[in-house]
Amino acid sequence: MSAPTQQTTLDRLESEAIHIFREVAGEFDRPVILFSGGKDSTLLVHLAIKAFWPAPVPFPLLHVDTGHNFDEVIEFRDEVVAQHGLRLEVAKVQDWIDDGRLQERPDGTRNPLQTVPLLDSITSHKYDAVFGGGRRDEERARAKERIFSLRNAFGQWEPRRQRPELWNLYNGRHRAGEHVRVFPLSNWTELDVWNYIEREGIELPSIYYSHQRDVYLRDGMWLTEGPWGGPRPEETVLHKTIRYRTVGDGSCTGAVESEASDIREVIAEVAASRLTERGATRADDRLSEAAMEDRKREGYF
Amino acid sequence: MGAVLRIVACGSVDDGKSTLIGRLLADTDSVPLDHLEQARHLRRGGSVVPAGEIDYSLITDGLAAEHEQGITIDVAYRYSDLPGGRRLVIADAPGHDQYGANMAVAASTADLAVLLVDAELGVRPGTYRHLAVCVTMGVRSVVVAVNKLDAVGYDQAVFDRLAEQVRTVARDLGAEEVHVVPVSAVGGDNVAFASPNMPWHDGPTLLDVLVRWRPGARRRSVETRLPVQYVIRGDRFRGPAGTVVGAALSRGDEVSVAGSGVVTTIRRVVGPDGDLDRAEPGTPVTVELADDVDVRRGDLLTGRQAPPPSTELLATVVWTGARPFDSGGDYLMLAGPRVVSATVTGPHGLLDVRNGRTTSAETLSVNDIGTVTVTTASPVFVDSYADSRDTGCFLLVDRLTKDTVAAGMVVAPQHPGDVVPQDYAVDRASRERLKGQRAKVLWLTGLSGAGKSTIADAVERRLRALGVHTYVLDGDNVRGGLNADLGFAPGDRAENVRRVAEVARLMLDAGLVVVVALVSPFRADRAAARALFAPEDFVEVWVDTPLAECVRRDPKGLYAKANAGVLATMTGIGQDYEPPTAAEVVLDGTASTAASVARLTAIVTDRG
Repeated sequence: MSAPTQQTTLDRLESEAIHIFREVAGEFDRPVILFSGGKDSTLLVHLAIKAFWPAPVPFPLLHVDTGHNFDEVIEFRDEVVAQHGLRLEVAKVQDWIDDGRLQERPDGTRNPLQTVPLLDSITSHKYDAVFGGGRRDEERARAKERIFSLRNAFGQWEPRRQRPELWNLYNGRHRAGEHVRVFPLSNWTELDVWNYIEREGIELPSIYYSHQRDVYLRDGMWLTEGPWGGPRPEETVLHKTIRYRTVGDGSCTGAVESEASDIREVIAEVAASRLTERGATRADDRLSEAAMEDRKREGYF
Repeated sequence: MGAVLRIVACGSVDDGKSTLIGRLLADTDSVPLDHLEQARHLRRGGSVVPAGEIDYSLITDGLAAEHEQGITIDVAYRYSDLPGGRRLVIADAPGHDQYGANMAVAASTADLAVLLVDAELGVRPGTYRHLAVCVTMGVRSVVVAVNKLDAVGYDQAVFDRLAEQVRTVARDLGAEEVHVVPVSAVGGDNVAFASPNMPWHDGPTLLDVLVRWRPGARRRSVETRLPVQYVIRGDRFRGPAGTVVGAALSRGDEVSVAGSGVVTTIRRVVGPDGDLDRAEPGTPVTVELADDVDVRRGDLLTGRQAPPPSTELLATVVWTGARPFDSGGDYLMLAGPRVVSATVTGPHGLLDVRNGRTTSAETLSVNDIGTVTVTTASPVFVDSYADSRDTGCFLLVDRLTKDTVAAGMVVAPQHPGDVVPQDYAVDRASRERLKGQRAKVLWLTGLSGAGKSTIADAVERRLRALGVHTYVLDGDNVRGGLNADLGFAPGDRAENVRRVAEVARLMLDAGLVVVVALVSPFRADRAAARALFAPEDFVEVWVDTPLAECVRRDPKGLYAKANAGVLATMTGIGQDYEPPTAAEVVLDGTASTAASVARLTAIVTDRG
C-alpha cells in the first residue's frame, strides 16, 4: 500500500485498526469486544471509541471473569465502562463452577477455564464477531493468525478453513452458528502498544506501574496472595517493588521487579527487555511449546 | 517514503529462508531472549545445527504441525525496526510448489521481494515461480539473496555467475529493479553485517539494501476516493465513514456519489484525532455532507473524476478455493466494502509460472493464476490494479461455504460507456457505390428441411451471375466455427441468432447482399435480429414447408434421430417453431425453387 509521507508507524497501525472496526460494524450483526481491563483490551476500547466518534461505540463489551482478579483492575474496568457510557456483559467462571458446568482444576488456575464461559456467552448472545487484543508478535503460533479468524459452530479454530487475507480486504462472511474472532492489533508490537498508550494519554490500571507488594516466588515468578490462595508453607513472602506486564488470573500472573513508575519509564524498560511479556509472566503459556496453539484450537484465544 | 517497508520473503524449500529471516531478526535485535533460548534448545527432525547453538530457522517457524514436518504451511508476519526508524514487516511465505496462493497473499501488500537462491543448487523452478507470482501481484522490485556461499567456499566466481543468471531471469519475468547480495544465513554473512569471508564483495549487505530502499516512480495515482464502510449515526450527526484512498480529501471538496450522479460538498472531515482540513490517503475519516444525500455502506464518494460504473470486467485471479473454478458460476464479489453478485466466466488464460507466459486452460484449481471475466449484477466502481492497488482488487466468495475462493486484480474495467464507435471516412454508401448495388439482408427462416439452404444457394448463384456481391450465412456452417460453443437450448439458440445477426450487420455495412439461412425458430429472437437493421435493409423470408413434408425429406437425418428420441431439441419435434406473423415474403416450400429465386432476386435488384 502506498503510504503518505506524514504518517508514522503508530498512525499506520491506528488507521488499520479503525478500518477493521468499521468493517466489522458494517458486515456483522452482533459484534462484541472482549474487555478485561488489561492494557490490550483497554487499547481496543480506545480505538473503537475513535472509530465511531462522535457516535457511541455500536457494540457491547464482554468480560470473562476468572474471579481471580486484582481489585484495581476491576475498579478500572467499571470506570471505563461508566465514563464512556458502554455496556458490559460479565460471564463469571464462578457461576459455571457453581452449577457444575465447570470443575476447578487441581492447580487452582482458572485461565484455561475461561474457554467454556466464553463460548457459552457467544452462543447465548449470538455474537458473530468477537474482538480480541491478540498480536502476532506475542508468540510464534500467533505470527500466522489472520485478522479475521474464523471459528466453527463449536467455537474452534480449524487451520484448514482459515481464509487468505490479501490487501485490506477481509471476508467476514460465515455460516449460521459460526463466528469470527477479530484482531485489530495483529500488527502491533508490545512496544507499539506502550508508545501509543503514551501518545494518546490512555489510562491503565495502577498495577502496570511499580508499587510495593507482598510477593512469593513460585516457578520463577513473583506471585501475590489473593482470593486464589497464597504462599505454601515452604514459600517465603517478601515485600518488593514490582509491576505487572500483563493482567490475568492472579494465581498464575507473575509480577516483575521494576522501578518503572510512569509510562516513560515503562517504555524504557520494555524497550530494553529481551523477554516477551508472555514468556516472562504467564505460567500457562509455559506449559508446552505449543500451548497457545492447543488452546486456540479448543476456542480460547 | 512510507513509515513501513513491507517485504515478501520467498525461496524454494531448503533454500534457507527461515534461517535467513531468523538471522535478520536476531541481528537487528528483534527477537526476544526467550524466543532465542527456545531456538537454542529445541530441535526438529533433520536439523544439522549443533546442540547448544541457535537454530535460526526455529525463530520463525510457528505451528506445531510444521515443526513435525519441517516445512512452512502458511504466511507468517514478523516485525523489526530498521535503522533510521522505518518499521520492517516481513511476510514469510512457504516455498512449496503447491502453496502459490500463500505467496500471492504475502506479496499482495509487499513493496519489495526478497528472493533466496541456493548457491549450490542455483536458479531452480521455484525461483521462476516465486518471481512470477510477485510480479503478477505488482511487486516489481527484488532483492536476491544468493545464500549458502559458505558451502561453495565463498567463491566469487560462483556468485557472479548466479547473479548474472538471476538478473536475466528476473528481467525476463518483468521485475524492474534487481539487487543481488551474496550471503550465508547460517553464519550471518552480509545479512546485517558485512562478511569477513567475502572481502571481494564491496556492495551493500541485505540489511543495507532494505534500509536504503525507496519506492521508485509511483504507479499512476487515481483521484480521491472514499469507499463508505459504515454510516456513523449519533446525536444530530450522520456521516459516512471510510479510509481515504487515491488522493487527499479536504473540507469544502465537491464530491459525487459514484453511479448516482448526486453531487454534494464535504462540510466536515473528522479524523482519528478530531476535525481535519485535509485527510491524506490512508487516513480513516468520517465526513459530514452539505446535503441530505442517501449514502450507505458500499457506496463510493469520489472527486471530480469518478470511476465509471462497470458491470463487466477482465481480471487476473489467484484461485484459493478448495474446489476448482466453476465457469459461469455465481459468486459474491467483495470489492472493498461493496458486495455484489457476480457471474464469473473463463478462464481465458492460465499463467505458466515457470516462464511468466500465458497458456490456455480448462479451469482454475487452487494456487492457479488465470484471467477471467466477472459480470456483476449491479455496478462496481473499480480501477485497474496497475493504476491502484487499493481500488483495483477484490475477493470472490463462495455463496454456500462463504470461503474466499479467489483474490482478483482488475486488468481492465470494461465500462459500457468506454466503447465509442469510430467513424470511418469510407462508409457503407461509398462501398455500395463501388459495387454498384444496394446492400440488403434476406433472412430465411423455417423448419429444418424446409429448403432454406437450397433456395439460398440458388439465389446466390443467380445474383452472382448478375454481378451482385453476396454472402450466405448458413446456420450449420456458422455452428462449425463462430458458434461452435453454442448448443440448442433456447438460450443458446438466442445467442446463435444474435451473433449471426451481428455478423450480417457487419456484412451489410461492407456493402454485401447477405442471405441468412437459419431455422431461427423463436419470434423474439427474430424480432431482436430485425431490430438491428433499418426497415428497408431487412427482409424476413418465411420458407413455409409443412412439417410432414420436412420429415419426409429429412436431408440430414435429423428428424429420424428426433423421433428415435436421441435429439430432444429438434425444432418441430421437441421444440416449437413459431411461424412469422409479418414476414415480408412467404415462400411456398413445396413449390419450385426457381419461383422462389425469381422473387428474391427481384427484391434485391429493386424490382420486387
